[in-house]
Amino acid sequence: MTSWLLLGATEGGLFDLDATLPLMAVQVVLLTFILNALFFRPVGRVVEEREGYITTSRAEAKQKLAQVERLEADLREQLKEARKATQQLIQEAEQDSDKLYRDALATATAEANASREAARREIDAQREAALGQLKGDAEKLGDLIVDRLLAAK
Amino acid sequence: MGFLPLALPFAELEVGQHLYWQLGNLKIHGQVFLSSWVVIGALLAFVLVGSRKMERDPRGMQNLLEFLWDYIRDLAREQIGEKAYRDWLPFIGTLFLFIFVCNWGGALVPWKLIHLPEGELGAPTADINTTVALALLVSLAYFYAGLSRKGFRYFEYYVEPTPIMLPFKIIEDFTKPLSLSFRLFGNILADELVVAVLAFLVPLLVPLPAMFLGLFTSAIQALIFATLAGNYIGEAVHEEHH
Repeated sequence: MTSWLLLGATEGGLFDLDATLPLMAVQVVLLTFILNALFFRPVGRVVEEREGYITTSRAEAKQKLAQVERLEADLREQLKEARKATQQLIQEAEQDSDKLYRDALATATAEANASREAARREIDAQREAALGQLKGDAEKLGDLIVDRLLAAK
Repeated sequence: MGFLPLALPFAELEVGQHLYWQLGNLKIHGQVFLSSWVVIGALLAFVLVGSRKMERDPRGMQNLLEFLWDYIRDLAREQIGEKAYRDWLPFIGTLFLFIFVCNWGGALVPWKLIHLPEGELGAPTADINTTVALALLVSLAYFYAGLSRKGFRYFEYYVEPTPIMLPFKIIEDFTKPLSLSFRLFGNILADELVVAVLAFLVPLLVPLPAMFLGLFTSAIQALIFATLAGNYIGEAVHEEHH
């Protein structure tokens, strides 16, 4: 047991530089190549492949999303148009049925008026005829009464 | 050695003693390599198990690996910039992971159970050789990054914004590796010493807060080293917009 810090001693010591240095350097350089072949290159390839895969997947997903949005907008537009067309169709149908109803009503009213008119006219004619006959009968009766009264005198 | 009254307990820590291996006529620190092989083995095992069956939907260990990768990429991208970070991601990542597993390995693996004839096992980053090696690699890396990207225009960086900066920028090339290596070395060694001394004096409970603090600083040091390395490389490859 001598000094525990054999500074600059011929044998041993903390700062004892010898052939360990270049050999250790060679060893570390070899380790660099070995680790590059076993670790850095393969792991880097895997990680970068995954990064590429994620990037392309994201791009694809984005593209698909855009497509879906476009389709959705398209469908929405179509739906709107279809709704409008239906509305119009319903309106037209309503108008048609309304018109038909009016026409039918008008025809029926006209017919009813015509038949009422005809009936009135017939009644008038019959009343006229009845009145004429009545008048004739009354005159005949009056003549008869006059004749009888004159005869009795 | 009578200069420390506490010399006796400190002797047990064996700081500055190394297990020497002889390679030809070169000497190397065996304990540093032993522990670095253990932590590198653990790191490689973790990476191998985690990346064995990778899928697009991550499960289990793959999540952790991907989190780490993401973290390192953010770090490198933030420091180096969008254009050049890909070339340097493995280097920055390796620095971060290696220093991190070294620091945590030194704190979490019960090295004391293994007795060496000399020296003791611990965090490889608590040895100055390791940290200087890493720091010099960073220096080489940023020189190479700047020169390969900008050619000799790289040296314009030394006179920007004014030529007065030239001496400071040259000094910076020396202070960068110096501060990088000594910061890491000092922090990790100090942490190991504090824990060892506390554990030696009061074996139970008292060292625990220091241990947690040590784990925290260890992680922070790995992050600081990697961030600064990235920052230096980013500075070198940065294009000035005239």
